[in-house]
Amino acid sequence: MPDTPATQISATRITAADVVKVARLARLDLTDEEIGRTTSQLASMLDHFADIDALDLDGVEPMTQPYPLANVFREDVIVDGLDRDEVLAEAPDAAEGRFRVPPIIGAPE
Amino acid sequence: MTATVDASAIAAAVREGSTKASDIVEAHLARIGEREEEIHAFNLVLADAARAAAAAVDDAVAAGQDPGPLAGVPVALKDNLCTRGVPTTCSSKILDGWRPPYDATVVTKLAAAGAITMGKTNLDEFAMGSSTENSAFGVTRNPHDTSRVAGGSSGGSAAAVAAGFASVGLGSDTGGSIRQPAGLCGVVGVKPTYGYVSRFGLIAFASSLDQIGPFTTSVRDAALVLDVIGGHDTNDSTSIPEAHPSLVDVLDQDVKGLRVGLVTDLPAGADPDVQERLEAAVGALREAGATIVDVQLPAFGYALTAYYLIAPAEASSNLARFDGVRYGLRVDAADTNAMYGATRAAGFGDEVKRRIMLGTYALSAGYYDAYYGRALKVRRKVADDFDRAYEKADVILVPTSPTVAFPIGAKTEDPLEMYLSDIYTIPTNLAGHPGMNVPFGTGAGGLPVGLQVLAPTLGEPVMFRVGAALERAAAS
Repeated sequence: MPDTPATQISATRITAADVVKVARLARLDLTDEEIGRTTSQLASMLDHFADIDALDLDGVEPMTQPYPLANVFREDVIVDGLDRDEVLAEAPDAAEGRFRVPPIIGAPE
Repeated sequence: MTATVDASAIAAAVREGSTKASDIVEAHLARIGEREEEIHAFNLVLADAARAAAAAVDDAVAAGQDPGPLAGVPVALKDNLCTRGVPTTCSSKILDGWRPPYDATVVTKLAAAGAITMGKTNLDEFAMGSSTENSAFGVTRNPHDTSRVAGGSSGGSAAAVAAGFASVGLGSDTGGSIRQPAGLCGVVGVKPTYGYVSRFGLIAFASSLDQIGPFTTSVRDAALVLDVIGGHDTNDSTSIPEAHPSLVDVLDQDVKGLRVGLVTDLPAGADPDVQERLEAAVGALREAGATIVDVQLPAFGYALTAYYLIAPAEASSNLARFDGVRYGLRVDAADTNAMYGATRAAGFGDEVKRRIMLGTYALSAGYYDAYYGRALKVRRKVADDFDRAYEKADVILVPTSPTVAFPIGAKTEDPLEMYLSDIYTIPTNLAGHPGMNVPFGTGAGGLPVGLQVLAPTLGEPVMFRVGAALERAAAS
C-alpha cells in the first residue's frame, strides 16, 4: 500500500501482498494459486482502467446516486417485522431465538 | 422458432373468460418439457404452484371477479428476486437452499395482478456477468442457437421468454443485464429509470445502479407489465415518490416531430451486421416522421472503467452480508472470523470473488481517491454528456450489443473481454436513465440484433413511443 494516497491509477501497481491484504479485508480465504491469478487479472484490468487518468476531473462533483432523494421519512408507527421463527429456520444455526455462531473471542485451541 | 405468447392477448382472453389460465399454463409447461433440458433457463420450475395459481384465476373469473390486468400471464422470475418460502439462490452456492421469509414487492404486485409464476430463472452469480455462464448451476443456452450464450446476467429470463416458457420475464439491470440478453435472445427488455420500480426484495448487487424491469415479446406487453410493477414503495427508500403515467396509453402516439439522436463519437465500433440494422432503423424512424439529429457523448468510452470500479465497490459492501451467519451456506471453523473466510471462499464463484477483491481494493486506504473517487467524477461527466445530448434529442438510438450472441466459452478466459460486451448499455445505468432493447431483425448467422432506445430520467413515455415505432417497422 502506498505511503501517500495515489491520485492516478497509472501510478499504482497491484502486488501479491496487496491481494493478500485485500482478501483479509474482504474475509475471503484465497489459495496461493488464487492469489497469483487474482494479482495478474486485477493488474491487467487496472492497466485498462488507467484510461480515465487522461480526463481532467478537477472541480467535477462526484456523483454518488442518480436520482437524488434525501431524508426519506415515514410515519413513526409500529409495523410487523419478519416472523422470527421463519427467519431462524433458514439460518445455518440458531438457538434460543437467536443466530448461533462459533466463538468470537477465546476460541478453544 | 419462438412460440409467440403475447401477455396482452392472454390477459384479455382470460379476463373475458374465452381462455382458461389453466390451459395457458399447461401449454407453457409443455414447452418447458420439450426444451428446458437443452436451454436451462430455470433454476427451479414451479409447476404445481403454477397450476394452483392458474386454477385460482379461473375460479375468480367463473365467480365473476376480475383477476387483474395480467390475468393468467405466465411469468419467469430472475432468481435474485425474493419469493417467500421458495428457494432464491442468485445462482450461488452460498444461498443454495435458502428460502426467503418475504416476497419482493414486484412479486407481490405481479401476483395481485393475476400473473402466474412459472419458476425462478438462471443468472450469472449475483448478476455479475454478461453471458449467464458464471452460474453455480450451469450455463443458459440461447434458444435461437444452443451453442451460443443467452447473454446476461438475466439470461435465464430472456431465454425463457424467447423459448415461450413464459410470456413475461423479470430481470435486474445493473450495467445492461436486461437489455443485453434481450438483444441477444430477440425479445423486448426494459431497464426503467432508477427508482421507477421498487427494489424491495431484489438481492442487491450495486445499489446506486440496480433496477428491475421486464422481458416480453412485444413493446405493448412491456408497457403493460411496467404499469403493474412500477410505482412508489415505502419499503424502498430510493423509490421515486411521484406517480408514473400509464405507458400503455402512449403506444398509439406516433413519432412525428420527435428528435432521435445518433451518437457520432461512439467508442468501439459495432460489427457490420449490427451497424447495418442501426442504419435501417434510422431510415425507418425518418420515414415515420422523426427527425434524426447528431449528438456527442465524449465520456461514453470512459463509462466502462467508471462502472467496473463503482459496481464492484458497491458489491463488495453489499455482499458482506453473506457471511455464514443468517442464511445459506456455513463452513464450520474454530472461530467466527475463520468461519467467515472459509464460508465465503467455498460459497462464492470466481467472478464474484474477483469483483469483491476489485471493489475492496478500489475502496481501500491509499487507493480510494485514484480509483473510486475518480470513478464517481467520471460518472458525473457521463451524466452531464447525456444532459447536453438530451437538449438536442428526445431519445438516443444505439446498438444494444456490439455483436450478435457469441459462442459459449468464447469470452470466459478473459474477464476484460467479457466486460467490453456491455459497452453500449453501461452509461445508461451510470446516469440512472431508462433504456429499452427492441429486436430489429437479424444479423450474422440469422441471430437476433437488438437496438436500444435511450431516454432521460422518467423519459419512459417517449422511449416507448419510439420503441413501438421501431417494432412496427421491424414487422413490416
